[in-house]
Amino acid sequence: MFSYFIQRLLVMIPTLLIVSILTFIIIQLPPGDYLSNQLQELKAQGESASAAAKITFLREQYSLDKPLIEQYAIWMGFWPGPNGFSGLLQGDWGHSFAYDLPVTEVLGDRMLLTFVINFSTILFIYIVAFPIGVYSATRQYSIGDYGFTLIGYLGLATPNFLLAMVLLYYANYYFGLSIGGLMDEKYLDQPWSWEKVKSVLDHMIIPVIVIGTSGTAAMIRRLRANLLDELQKQYVTTARAKGVPRLKTLVKYPIRMSLNPFIADIGNLLPDVISGSVIVSAVLSLPTAGPMLLEALRSQDQYLAGSFLMFLALLTVIGVFISDLLLAALDPRIRLTGGATK
Amino acid sequence: MSNVLLVRDLKVEFRVAEGVVKAVDGVTFRVPKGKTVALVGESGSGKSVISQAIMSILPKAAHITDGEILFFDPEKPGNFYDIAKLKPESREMREIRGGRITIIFQEPMTSLSPLHTIGNQISEALHLHHKKSKEEGLELTIDMLRLVGFPNPEAAVNTYPFELSGGLRQRAMIAMAMICHPALLIADEPTTALDVTIQAQILDLMQKLQQKLKMAILLITHDLGVVASMADEVVVMYHGKVMEQGTLEDIFTDPRHPYLKALLKAVPRFNMKEGERLTPIREITRDQDSKFLAQANPREVLSEDDKPILQVSNLTKVFSTRKTSLFGSKPAGTVKAVDQVTFFIKPGECLGLVGESGCGKTTLSKMILRAISATEGSVVYNDRGSDVDVLAMNNSELFDYRSKVQFIFQDPFSSLNPRMTVFDIISEPLVIHNIGTQKEREETVKELMNLVGLDVRFLRRYPHSFSGGQRQRIGIARALALKPDLLICDEPVSALDVSIQAQILNLLKDLQKELGLTYLFISHNLAVVDYIADRIAVMCQGRLVETAPKEVLFKNPIHPYTKRLLAAVPEPNPDHKLDFDHLVSEKASDPSQWEAPFTINDDTKPLMLDLGDGHFVRVHEGTSVKDLKS
Repeated sequence: MFSYFIQRLLVMIPTLLIVSILTFIIIQLPPGDYLSNQLQELKAQGESASAAAKITFLREQYSLDKPLIEQYAIWMGFWPGPNGFSGLLQGDWGHSFAYDLPVTEVLGDRMLLTFVINFSTILFIYIVAFPIGVYSATRQYSIGDYGFTLIGYLGLATPNFLLAMVLLYYANYYFGLSIGGLMDEKYLDQPWSWEKVKSVLDHMIIPVIVIGTSGTAAMIRRLRANLLDELQKQYVTTARAKGVPRLKTLVKYPIRMSLNPFIADIGNLLPDVISGSVIVSAVLSLPTAGPMLLEALRSQDQYLAGSFLMFLALLTVIGVFISDLLLAALDPRIRLTGGATK
Repeated sequence: MSNVLLVRDLKVEFRVAEGVVKAVDGVTFRVPKGKTVALVGESGSGKSVISQAIMSILPKAAHITDGEILFFDPEKPGNFYDIAKLKPESREMREIRGGRITIIFQEPMTSLSPLHTIGNQISEALHLHHKKSKEEGLELTIDMLRLVGFPNPEAAVNTYPFELSGGLRQRAMIAMAMICHPALLIADEPTTALDVTIQAQILDLMQKLQQKLKMAILLITHDLGVVASMADEVVVMYHGKVMEQGTLEDIFTDPRHPYLKALLKAVPRFNMKEGERLTPIREITRDQDSKFLAQANPREVLSEDDKPILQVSNLTKVFSTRKTSLFGSKPAGTVKAVDQVTFFIKPGECLGLVGESGCGKTTLSKMILRAISATEGSVVYNDRGSDVDVLAMNNSELFDYRSKVQFIFQDPFSSLNPRMTVFDIISEPLVIHNIGTQKEREETVKELMNLVGLDVRFLRRYPHSFSGGQRQRIGIARALALKPDLLICDEPVSALDVSIQAQILNLLKDLQKELGLTYLFISHNLAVVDYIADRIAVMCQGRLVETAPKEVLFKNPIHPYTKRLLAAVPEPNPDHKLDFDHLVSEKASDPSQWEAPFTINDDTKPLMLDLGDGHFVRVHEGTSVKDLKS
């Protein structure tokens, strides 16, 4: 078990390395870079040479004049740049041209909020999907099952941003819940306080529901199908034949068995939820990282976009790692039959 | 004598979309205290539905419409419950189910949860029905595991089912059923999925526990051999009705009902006369003047000293197990699945290959087809006069070879693609080998259907609409499509009911004669092999231990392993019950435990010794023939 743990950890290193190379190449694919775009713009506005000189300085400062491989190595921290070794490995996330600030400062709060929203969404998905999925499977073809199935299809088919706008309107109209943003405007630049947290929670309800619906619907379908399969199995009959009460049988055997896909999903859910929430965040004007990523990619703000994507990759890899460990802890077949080949 | 269970005029219906199906239609029988009652019938006769009704675990679509199931608990004399009236989830029913009446299922592979240790699953039953502390529970579970014959019960409580063999899983199931000391044990085909030798051990165990715990057994089976060895009373069922019931002696010596008589005739027995045919309950009607027969080009039946069609010499297969660690995987050990096997098959004969599961029979057959590569040795196939080295063939030769050697699989359910019609399945070999035009193929497929006794109107149907026996016939038709000379049959009847088994065996026998086929017939059931084979090779742990013409082998088995296999086959004859006292334990399949001169271990490498009359046995070098025969 311990060697499995170590092995999984070690596998993460090459994975992240490959992701970083891909990320860097993709960001560099469009012609030019942020600074040359900036220069074009300045020239078009008839700006003088002083701006051009500043841009040349920046170009050297952030080694954009170096070959691609070197740029990559400096960004990662494998190679000394103008400021010595300072890259992702050293914890330096780079500099955002658009904001003219270090990436860490630009992302800072936004990352935290993104994380809070997405974590709540995943929690929401699990809490809602689980009982409904179990209900649907144990009462297959009942009215309730059909009802949930219908709602589930609606959830899958409705575009998130549309739902966001509809909910936004009605929530404000009937419940007086605030529109847009992740906190009341008066808290925007305030330090964190109890009131601020409360305001954030209030504002989170709608985004969480909106972002979570399609995930919930998909999860319900999956859990229902899995559980239906398991309920047919002989060992369920064995348990009933032992005299185990119905509910206990259900929880101890088939539900436990159908947990596997649930847990294996943790790794997939994270990036899904984050990329799915970009449009919704834009519509609801949430200060999450999604819209910022979009902007950074569009303007080729390469260090901001790159570091951001790397962060997402890191989250995903960690998510998969956690789900692997949980699976191994939960399912002895994974824990004990590993390493055997045919 | 007092009864434990009395089923009176029980009727169970299945209400499904297609209408109402009467699965059990007015069944009456009893189970006396401490005795074994066998419920016999083919699949679909309603015997499992009865067991579910007694346990009150009927599926949702099933309803008890009439009758009573009276349970007299010997621990509460004078009291009885009518299970048919109790609600399945009521407290009384839950106490009876798993506490006073318990059940063992057929499939030891699937009836235990793979996620819980067997200790957990066994003690669960105990804790549900008796107030015991955790420690007491663990202790009782370990005792129970010891009682059912686990070699190391203290360690076994913490193992998971997938770490155990089929026999051990079934023992765990039995432990689970016994731990509450039930008044009645229902055994629903408890040994059908197991080898004969393991079956004998499990049956032995059930009888011992029955005597020890003084419980009654309701044994559900289709195997009359098992019935003859185990039962005190027999109930024969057909289509939800009782055809005949009585004591064991009455049923076997004086069968009255035609169905029972037919059932008895369908079982292969050891003492069958030369040329005697099994009579299946429903004979397959075949088109005797099929054109395929006329076109078939049977090899002439050859004289005694002809060259064999297949010569296998020193064939060996070594599998290496791997151990995966941090730094890649490396070979951890080797398993010799097949060890220096040498045999031959003569044209037109049927060689029976017998052994327990895991002895390497299937690996061997796959090597002959070159579906897997051999580690060493040679396979020479005599293609109507010209010898070809199978293991050295290139791709095009191999393609050609495979049209001459075909395979019939064990499981008729998974060996047919459920998304192909019968026509597609049977014609696929012709398509692959590019034989004939579309029209000619259609013609051939129809003739093949006639040949195996299936209606040509079925050609557009999918496999799921056929019964197991019909599917196996489709598999046979597919194997015959290329007009092969050699057929390898890997346990073709072990998944089928006795009555269907007789059909398929007769069909294979007839086809062999009509088409001049040669068979390699693999099975673990000696009675079946006895019926169909001319010569028999016995295999154990990758080695052949004895080969002989079948008359010789059955009259005079030499090797202890062969003797054990023979002793383990339950005969449908109450005068020849399984002799449990002389059934040797697990040791008999461990070559290092065989007595001299048969012992095989690291120091001794016994060889095949010729005893004359084509009888060979694996013994130490220098053993005299006379010593063995005496």
